[in-house]
Amino acid sequence: MAEDAPASLHATGASSPAAAGEPHITIRGLSKAFGEAVIYDGFDLDIPRGRFVSVFGPNGCGKSTLINLVAGLLEPDAGTIRFGGKRLRDTNFGYVFQNYREALFPWMRSIDNIRYPLKFRNIPRAERDTRVERLVDRLGVTLDLAKYPYQLSGGQQQLVSIMRSLVIEPEVLFLDEPFSALDYEMTLFMRDQLQALFMDTRTTMVFVSHDLEEAVYLADDVMLLSRGPAEIADYVTVGIPRPRTAATISESAFVRVKAHCLDVFQKTVREA
Amino acid sequence: MDRFGPLTPLIGVVALLLIWQLAYWVEVVDRVLLPSPGSMFVAVWHGMTGGQLLLDFFRTIERTSLSILYAGIIGIPLGIALGSSVPVYRSVEFVVDFFRSTPASAVFPLFLAISGPGDATKIQVATFGASLVILFNVAYGVMNARKTRLQAAQVMGASKLRVLTDVMLFESLPQTFVGLRNGVSLALIIVIVAEMFIGSVDGLGHNVLDNQMLFEMPRMYAAIFVAGALGYGFNLMFLLIERRYVHWSGR
Ligand SMILES: Nc1ncnc2c1ncn2[C@@H]1O[C@H](COP(=O)(O)OP(=O)(O)O)[C@@H](O)[C@H]1O
Ligand SMILES: [Mg+2]
Repeated sequence: MAEDAPASLHATGASSPAAAGEPHITIRGLSKAFGEAVIYDGFDLDIPRGRFVSVFGPNGCGKSTLINLVAGLLEPDAGTIRFGGKRLRDTNFGYVFQNYREALFPWMRSIDNIRYPLKFRNIPRAERDTRVERLVDRLGVTLDLAKYPYQLSGGQQQLVSIMRSLVIEPEVLFLDEPFSALDYEMTLFMRDQLQALFMDTRTTMVFVSHDLEEAVYLADDVMLLSRGPAEIADYVTVGIPRPRTAATISESAFVRVKAHCLDVFQKTVREA
Repeated sequence: MDRFGPLTPLIGVVALLLIWQLAYWVEVVDRVLLPSPGSMFVAVWHGMTGGQLLLDFFRTIERTSLSILYAGIIGIPLGIALGSSVPVYRSVEFVVDFFRSTPASAVFPLFLAISGPGDATKIQVATFGASLVILFNVAYGVMNARKTRLQAAQVMGASKLRVLTDVMLFESLPQTFVGLRNGVSLALIIVIVAEMFIGSVDGLGHNVLDNQMLFEMPRMYAAIFVAGALGYGFNLMFLLIERRYVHWSGR
């Protein structure tokens, strides 16, 4: 199956995770507290370039806080975050929120929602339209983008939301439980869309999920967080070739990784 | 209750007119004080086809429209400015709330003393009252902007100013329209009360009071009816504008 993957898979060294290439996101000494509650205290993390990293951990352990810190929505109390040596403001990144209903702009048509982030980049007007067209083609999107978000189904809205984060051709994409508000059928479809997209672009992905099966299914690496203050309980390399399919879920390699993650998770919850 | 289809709202109107006509026939009140609905509609017809009523109607529309225009120009930007900073809003909240709760008719003599009995005074008081209502609602709308939406704009690279103009402004629009509708109702009340004060020469308020003093009851009823229709019309106008331009409201 791995033979079907684009050449860039090998170029980035993604097939040999132990020697995972240069870090894309480097976090050092990160600290964050909300009042008395210490969420991070001297947290270090390297996220390798071109890999899909799932973040899994107990509710309230600080998964959203982590990507909000990295994406600049929260100020850290201490510590540094670098993107291949660059700062956040020099980095092209996308962010997909869990609550697409509140993240999209209902006063704009879907197409204008998708175009919106291009306003803040030096891209000629004609180029903007071709970018959107290219994206639509690549994702094979058939929905009517002239509609307003509230005229679309939940899955379609989240698809628009994902397209909005992709149109700038980001080098990093943060996704905070993007599928948890969708029904199961839609979730399965969106997982495969996201996997295809990742295989196509090799964009570094940081994907928060509260569904362990989903976290493992999509990931190159699963980062398991413990609670209060958050620490990396384990960093698991999945190592199952792509594209993964419904059949993958019952394969022994998949079952083994998932069982191991669950084991670590239960230990951290018991300790807390 | 859809048995009467689109005519359902008319049932109440017909019932009210019937009760009124009945009260006229059995003379619940002196017929001079309560004329028949028919004689009122005749007075409306005469007044609105080239009579004094039409003139007064236009004067009241003019004053109310100017008041709501000025109130919007003052209230909307101030509301956005106050609402976008919670500490600033908290610090002036009491003052705004206090003046918003003060009957504008109570401050009318004050404005009269300062600006004299002219047209400007009426518009000033109505603007004062309506702008506080608008300001309050706009600030509230801005403060309750969906946090995720603001964050979405921020991560896409919008500056603070762009977040304000691209997101907060739109987020506050539904509440702004609530403010405009309440504001125009208040402005109309104030304008009509002001038109009843000494020194007024026109407007629906003047018309009502004038006919009351002349004991021209059908004409007085006609002026009250036209004032009511005007209030309803203003409200409906803002409602239609809102439906057209704030299509996402409540969805
Ligand atoms: N803005 C905030 N103010 C105060 N507490 C917060 C804030 N954001 C998150 N928290 C708290 O920090 C903890 C971690 O939150 P979060 O990162 O959202 O958890 P999760 O891992 O479920 O995404 C939770 O206990 C939450 O209540
Ligand atoms: Mg969360």
